[in-house]
Amino acid sequence: MTLWHAVVLAGLIAFATKLAGYAVPARWLQNPRMHRVAGALTVALLASLTVMNTLADGTALRLDARLAALGVAALALWWRAPFLLVVVLGALASALLRWLTPVA
Amino acid sequence: MKAADLGARLTPAVRMGLSIALATGLYGISFGALAVAAGLTVVQAMVLSLLMFTGGSQFAFIGVVAGGGSASAAVGAASLLGVRNAVYGVQMNHLFTPRGWRKWLMAQLTIDESAATTLSQDEATEQRRGFWTAGWGVFVLWNLFTLVGALLGDALGDARTWGLDGAAVAAFLGLLWPRLKGREPVALAVLAGAVTAAAIPWVAPGLPILLAAAAGAAWGWWGHAR
Repeated sequence: MTLWHAVVLAGLIAFATKLAGYAVPARWLQNPRMHRVAGALTVALLASLTVMNTLADGTALRLDARLAALGVAALALWWRAPFLLVVVLGALASALLRWLTPVA
Repeated sequence: MKAADLGARLTPAVRMGLSIALATGLYGISFGALAVAAGLTVVQAMVLSLLMFTGGSQFAFIGVVAGGGSASAAVGAASLLGVRNAVYGVQMNHLFTPRGWRKWLMAQLTIDESAATTLSQDEATEQRRGFWTAGWGVFVLWNLFTLVGALLGDALGDARTWGLDGAAVAAFLGLLWPRLKGREPVALAVLAGAVTAAAIPWVAPGLPILLAAAAGAAWGWWGHAR
């Protein structure tokens, strides 16, 4: 598969997935167990993405300036900072740490 | 339009939709820059933002490519992350029951932000306003700033110098944060994070997310009995 094939295929799958949701009769999800699965899946996916982006370097774990971004973002969120500010602070934290210690 | 008319149009749902659109739309700059840094062309980055249009999946896609994973692993990781959009679709269908072309349009605009804005409103009219404001707002800004980021990508140099990888970390934590209400979701997030970290050195890029998702689904399925 070339990169172009992957881009178009993944895009079509993404749209089909969204559309599939609209095709599901609403009553099917009206059961507590499926509600729980959907909710747990979302939390697990977002937590996994956060950890992936913080620690992964290909198939290696790497502790670097991204950890500072995570910490600063968590503090900002704790203080109820708006989403945009959280993102900017995360970028600043990792950029600043790399500038101070180029190895990070 | 008079100022008073404008004020009347800025209902709470519209205001929330606009601020979410601005927050996540601007973030398209880092997607565009990281996509080009991962080895995609500017046009490929644009097709991802226009056609795929679901941030988490797009970052997963370029994350796998940047990590040296295969194209099919990138498709797999992105598609798996998009599964939650089907869940939002079910909820939006339940609230709005759109027909014909509106259903297709609504489906494309169904993402974290539009679903979250909709579900945060109690009244049907506000839910509708919230959906379209956040959906269109994010779509327009996200695509615009993907282009800006992709074009500036080379000029920016290594995206990490500007902390754009730190921005990605912060954004994902920011999307996760509102869901961490109570002890149980926190425990689940820690479990999913631990599964991911433990899996990264052992399996192909993209698979750690799949394993964490399986753990989450099992958690939801068997946690039901309590």
